[in-house]
Amino acid sequence: MAGVHVSTTVNGDDVEFVCPGSESLLDVLRNRLGLTGAKEGCGTGDCGACSVTVDGQLVCACLMLGAEVEGRQVQTVEGMAQGDQLHPLQRQFIENAALQCGICTPGFLMAAKALLDRNPDPTETEIRYALAGNLCRCTGYDKIVRAVSATAKELSQEATTKGSKKR
Amino acid sequence: MTLDTQFTDQKFKLVGSRPDRPDGVDKVTGRARYGADASAPGQLVGAILRSPHAHAKIKKIDTSKAEKLKGVKAVITSADLPDLTNGNRGNYDILENCMARGRALYDGHAVAAVAAIDAETARRALSLISVDYKVLPHVTDVDAAMRSNAPIVQPHVRTAGGEPSDKPTNIAQISTFGHGDVEAGFAKADKIVEKSYKTEQTHQGYIEPHACLATVGPDGQGELWVTTQGHYTFRNLCASLLGMDIAKLKVTSSEIGGGFGGKTHVWMEPLALALSRKANRPVKLVMSREDVFRASGPTSSTSMDIKIGCTNDGRITAATATLRYQDGAFPGIWGMLGAMTAFACYDLENVQSVGYDVLVNRPKVAAYRAPSAPMAAFGVESTIDLLAAELNMDAVEFRLLNAAKEGTKASYGPTYGPIGIGPTLEAVKNHPHMHAPLGKNQGRGMACGFWFNFGGQTCTDLNIGVDGTVNMTVGTVDVGGARASLSLIAAEELGIPYEHVKCNIGDTASLGHNDTTEGSRGTFSSGMATIFAARNAIEELKSRAAKTWDIDPEEVDWVDGEAVAKGVEHSNLGPLSLAQIAKASPNTGGPIAGHSETVADGAGVSFASHICDVEVDPETGSTRVVRYTVVQDAGKAIHPDYVEGQFQGGAAQGIGWALNEEYIYGEDGRLQNPGFLDYRIPVCSDLPFIDTEILEIPNPNHPYGIRGVGETSIVPPLAAIANAVSNAAGVRMDHIPMSPPRIRKAIKAEAAMHQEVSAG
Repeated sequence: MAGVHVSTTVNGDDVEFVCPGSESLLDVLRNRLGLTGAKEGCGTGDCGACSVTVDGQLVCACLMLGAEVEGRQVQTVEGMAQGDQLHPLQRQFIENAALQCGICTPGFLMAAKALLDRNPDPTETEIRYALAGNLCRCTGYDKIVRAVSATAKELSQEATTKGSKKR
Repeated sequence: MTLDTQFTDQKFKLVGSRPDRPDGVDKVTGRARYGADASAPGQLVGAILRSPHAHAKIKKIDTSKAEKLKGVKAVITSADLPDLTNGNRGNYDILENCMARGRALYDGHAVAAVAAIDAETARRALSLISVDYKVLPHVTDVDAAMRSNAPIVQPHVRTAGGEPSDKPTNIAQISTFGHGDVEAGFAKADKIVEKSYKTEQTHQGYIEPHACLATVGPDGQGELWVTTQGHYTFRNLCASLLGMDIAKLKVTSSEIGGGFGGKTHVWMEPLALALSRKANRPVKLVMSREDVFRASGPTSSTSMDIKIGCTNDGRITAATATLRYQDGAFPGIWGMLGAMTAFACYDLENVQSVGYDVLVNRPKVAAYRAPSAPMAAFGVESTIDLLAAELNMDAVEFRLLNAAKEGTKASYGPTYGPIGIGPTLEAVKNHPHMHAPLGKNQGRGMACGFWFNFGGQTCTDLNIGVDGTVNMTVGTVDVGGARASLSLIAAEELGIPYEHVKCNIGDTASLGHNDTTEGSRGTFSSGMATIFAARNAIEELKSRAAKTWDIDPEEVDWVDGEAVAKGVEHSNLGPLSLAQIAKASPNTGGPIAGHSETVADGAGVSFASHICDVEVDPETGSTRVVRYTVVQDAGKAIHPDYVEGQFQGGAAQGIGWALNEEYIYGEDGRLQNPGFLDYRIPVCSDLPFIDTEILEIPNPNHPYGIRGVGETSIVPPLAAIANAVSNAAGVRMDHIPMSPPRIRKAIKAEAAMHQEVSAG
């Protein structure tokens, strides 16, 4: 069967692959690029376990075709830490025990990062609605909301410190 | 004695603290490998063809076209899975559930499977298999299945525990528990409430679908990578169903993306192994979400009658329950467990509960977190609230007056030791939540719950490295922080820092048998085995120190991670740390290790009491949980973060069950909502923060006092929310889930009745 040749950027690296036109971005990431951090929980866009960003937009990788990411910027959980430095969200998830089984965690981290990127100081309600597309069956979301809230606080304090240093 | 299981009230340095979990980095970076994350060179993709009928005779399966399709490497039907079960009906049922044998018993029952070079080819191959069905009458409702004219699901079944009969029936088992004389008890009652209830079928809803990677060679050796709660049980079952030697099948449990009881059973793993054996290639088989809903193991739907009587001063004189649980298409013990748990919270002189296990054309029921207890608790705790209202007595006071205590003979048989039902009720009574004001259209409810907790076979290894760090291998899986808890226990015993312990989940080739991680047994059993293994290693460490000092091992003590020579005559000998002894080990006798092989008996029963506030919109019937508090006895919370997590997670699942989740079957016997869009589990914006209060009433049969904590938290929510909704909406809800249409209908019916009364 004829494949589609795709050139794209994943976590800042240039990537090329060939996939059938019908193959989802999720299957491309997991089966062709070896990036198994995004998970398939449903395959229908209902659980958010496959959340990634494409050009900064949060999407379910199971609902996009691999062929659609030609020339675009894809970010996955594997690209979240900078070298050996975990992203503050990753650290806060561990410190707040915001994961039990951990299967939904990559999706939650991507969704929470997308939230904080556009709203650095969300209320509890804003956090809850921003994460409503991600299902977690273990935690009841309590510690996840707390972890996101703590990260927002940490990042805003960091920004204040940096700001005052500049002055 | 190092292997004494008695609670010792030891003072802890680490246990009870909240360090970061050791597998945290793996799980926040996407590095942790779950069931579907493994691959093998040359692997094929497996796919399963499933019955579209609720009940059908399979007249013929023609796989010839599929076999001829390019890229297809194996096709199997039940003909490829000969019956090797040797009269073991339980194993035969498992084999038949994995793949239909002449009859499809439910919508989604597997009938054939293929392995092909890629997913697309596998899908095309399935479409080329032709199955000739003769559709048979079906039954999916538990009450309908008990009628004498109901379609028969399993013709061989006769009622166990019932009157002997030759007539086929769907009632697989009747289980009766209780004591005293309930007729005499009701005769003494001043007030009696009798009511019937129903609950719909729900699914555990773990986010990770079943997935495995199977490799079997013509030499009869095999490997299975699988998401499971019990890799040793899977190994034994798969080997036995496929005629393999147990020792030649290595099963590795992947990280597990939620189980809640649903990953205690094999579903498609034997098919993956059979496909691999036929193709002589590795086969990866992953269920779709639709397959998970249609063909894994949801919980029972139920129908029940509860009757409780009491005196005017609030003492219960008699209680009975008739509980009808459907098991799906294969006999289970779910009605029995409902009957055992129904009245476990109370001290009753006269009590009887009867559980019916009933077959229907639905998927085989599996355990779901404290299986069967939430439904029975819904019926009993709703009736208790009704009775308290009749008495004009506070519902908490009424429960306290009748609560079981140490020495109570439980309705299911045993006599309780120290237990937590009274203390959780006292804590609820004094909790600020109970005294907070309520808003418009809001109501408060509370309820209690019980779960047995299990122990079982457990095997743990603990190896001390030459640098003094400790590598521990356990055979229970980590479903939500177990590595952290077990590392804390090992570090506590050995007197070393938490960070010096690395906890691994061993595969079946690395350790002796471990029972499935179920019944809230992980931290209880592997915790016990860890303590014993550490104490076993300490004996060896002491003997090495004695050797170094050239004194008798009896003269060595272990204090805070160091060997200390006892007595003034040895006061010249400075202590030797674990690290020092480990470093010298190559010259004092070689590697130092501790082991434990045990049957962890004495799991402590667990009780919880929950408080819930809801707001019901009288126009739409929509309900929102506005505040929720869990109070539960943990025995001892090893890592409180993950104990709270279990409390919160169980409550959230219970909230979903109470308000929204249900399997919806059509007249045709097919499941209409096999997806997360139409089977809607609670999302983040549905829930409030879930407050927790951990009580610690030590389990006398565990050195640290541990009880299981994972399951009890799902038992009270159905009833607590039903009581809250009933208080908010002014109508008694007797059918779970209390979805908006059901609540609206109940409110309207109540209003119509009032109108009639006032008009009359």
